[in-house]
Amino acid sequence: MPAQRDDSQARGSAPVQIAVDRAHTGGPQHAIKIRARDVNVFYGDKQALFDVSLDVPEKAVTALIGPSGCGKSTFLRCINRMNDTIPGATVRGRIELDGEDVNDKAIDPVILRARVGMVFQKPNPFPKTIFENVAYGARIHGLTSSKAELEAVVESSLKRAGLWGEVADRLHQPGTGLSGGQQQRLVIARAIAVSPEVILMDEPCSALDPIATARIEELIDELRNQYCIVIVTHSMAQAARVSQKTAFFHLGKLVEAGPTGEIFTNPRDSRTQDYITGRFG
Amino acid sequence: MLTWIALLALFLFSGATYAFGRRKAQGLAATGKAGALHSLPGYHGGYVALWAGLPAALIVLAAALFGGRMEAALLRADTPAAVQALSAHGQDVFFDDARAMAHGGQASETTYEGDLKTAIDDKAVQAKRLEQLIQYGALAAGVVVGLAGLAIAYPRISPTFRARNRVEGWIAVLFIACAVTAILTTVGIVASLVWESWRFFQSVSPLDFLFGTDWDPQIAMRSDQYASKGAFGAVPLFAGTFLIMLIAMLVAAPIGLYSAIYLSEYARPLTRGVVKPLLEILAGVPTVVYGFFAALTVGPIFREGFNNLGALLIGGPFDGLGIYLSQVQNQMALVAGAVMGIMLIPFVSSLSDDIMNAVPQSLRDGSLAMGATRSETVKQVVLPAALPGIMAALLLAVSRAIGETMIVTMAAGLQAKTTLNPLDTVTTVTVQIVTLLTGDQEFDSPKTLSAFGLGLTLFVVTFILNVIALRIVQKYREQYD
Repeated sequence: MPAQRDDSQARGSAPVQIAVDRAHTGGPQHAIKIRARDVNVFYGDKQALFDVSLDVPEKAVTALIGPSGCGKSTFLRCINRMNDTIPGATVRGRIELDGEDVNDKAIDPVILRARVGMVFQKPNPFPKTIFENVAYGARIHGLTSSKAELEAVVESSLKRAGLWGEVADRLHQPGTGLSGGQQQRLVIARAIAVSPEVILMDEPCSALDPIATARIEELIDELRNQYCIVIVTHSMAQAARVSQKTAFFHLGKLVEAGPTGEIFTNPRDSRTQDYITGRFG
Repeated sequence: MLTWIALLALFLFSGATYAFGRRKAQGLAATGKAGALHSLPGYHGGYVALWAGLPAALIVLAAALFGGRMEAALLRADTPAAVQALSAHGQDVFFDDARAMAHGGQASETTYEGDLKTAIDDKAVQAKRLEQLIQYGALAAGVVVGLAGLAIAYPRISPTFRARNRVEGWIAVLFIACAVTAILTTVGIVASLVWESWRFFQSVSPLDFLFGTDWDPQIAMRSDQYASKGAFGAVPLFAGTFLIMLIAMLVAAPIGLYSAIYLSEYARPLTRGVVKPLLEILAGVPTVVYGFFAALTVGPIFREGFNNLGALLIGGPFDGLGIYLSQVQNQMALVAGAVMGIMLIPFVSSLSDDIMNAVPQSLRDGSLAMGATRSETVKQVVLPAALPGIMAALLLAVSRAIGETMIVTMAAGLQAKTTLNPLDTVTTVTVQIVTLLTGDQEFDSPKTLSAFGLGLTLFVVTFILNVIALRIVQKYREQYD
């Protein structure tokens, strides 16, 4: 089943293909940040992911697409071990972040999650002020030693999230009072305030209107220069717009992964073809 | 007995008319004009059954409720001369006895002789006759009214008749009647509280009552006793209530809250499924059981503990304290408060647990994904989000603690003292109401009436607390919907 292999697995048998992949993901400067091998996830007796192996490049956006219930969010939640918080969930297989297995006993999920930030489907600002929302991570991880330093972190995070101009004069008002799109940028600012290496985004625009969506997409494009970003999306157009690499999931299996341009113009698997042309899902 | 048979017969009759009306409607539908039938056949049947059953049932019920009074009034319409010679009270007793003879009730110990004997035998026979007359009369009236209802309603069934609207209208009336019953009862209770309190405040000034520091309601029970005036300052009672409530909340708030945090944030679903119902069993223990648990088990244990501690301290640098502790009694505010606190634990934990569960999971996920630990998430995100609801839960617990009677009656004592010493015996508002109203006394003495004054004040306090709590809960609900 060559179609189900992802680029690195195919390395031994199809060297030509690797060259193609490398070219489309932006060349050799894109080192592999996350390396997943044979990941299986079970919720109780139900298996949600089957033998998923995928490489996620550094300083690029990787989009996970596929119909509802295909396991793309489950895979995303494996990367920062958020599946640990779901009772009855078990994860098998290796997921390496910079070569270290995140499921290793020696890895503290609390420290892992400080390195791997996450943005959720629905904006979830805490019931605190805008300032406190962004300062949250810095406070709990003790990243700053003075008030001025904390203020600087909050300001730069809000600026990078493109929200500073809109909230600079009301930092001490509740974060829940912002509009949906502003809230989503606020939680992105909250995530980048702890300087993570990876940002996971689980359908970050599905609760937003088209204008707010466009702003978030611009933001993702800017953040790509500094972070490794993995985004789950239902919108094929969004995947095509923001990502450099795309992985297509179906029924818990990784069907196909490759450079975004190639997946959308020349998919190898007929299921991918059917999905991106809107024949199912 | 006859009433029940009559009601059962009516029920069956009404059921029969339902079937009867429904058949007619079905017949109309079957004639081919089915599309024209406004209401479903069942509604037509229901309409007929309501007309046939409801007025007749009201007549039978009225006869059962007011038949006795009607009989008594008719019996007295013709009072024999021998009876007229009796005092007003004697006449009342005479007629009550006559009815008791007729229906087999409890008669007074008066013996009737001569003319009175003849008269009472006469009247007993008459009472029996009257009773039967009223019962059969009501029954006959019920039959007539029921048949009349059937005769009125049955011909109305036609394809265009709006039976559904009529029947649903009557069902709405039934619902309104039930709601009004509850409201009227509450209004009646409050009105009686206010009225009796007003009578109490005729003899004791509200200022003396609310701000007086001396509570001694022992005034003359009978007019020939030496009359002491009595003092009605409620401050010591409210101080005692407040002290015990404070102790109870010191026990219930942390334990209840922490178990709620455990249940909602740490327990696995399986554990939670076992622990939560177990905690809620505590809420099902009758308060009187807590009461004797406090009086017979906890009280002696506490007393012994303090006495032993006191014995150790005597002779040392804390000699005075030692002497005090060695004389502590079974009944103290601490015992009542601690046991009441245990009673309130499930109340606090169950409500707080529900409130923390209502905090969206997305907030927890957001915090955990930031690399916060579970306890940081609870402290920084879940508790602040749930705080208004938790405050409301605590206020509701406070108003229960203030109104609780059984535990304090059994474990706190009766002496009215204004003190903050938890080892002292204190008394509460509810305990005093119980002692004021149990036992024989004239009902219009200030002593008895003061119970209403206390009740009204207590009602106002808990009412205000509940209003505040409900307001907070409402505000909290708006936040996430």
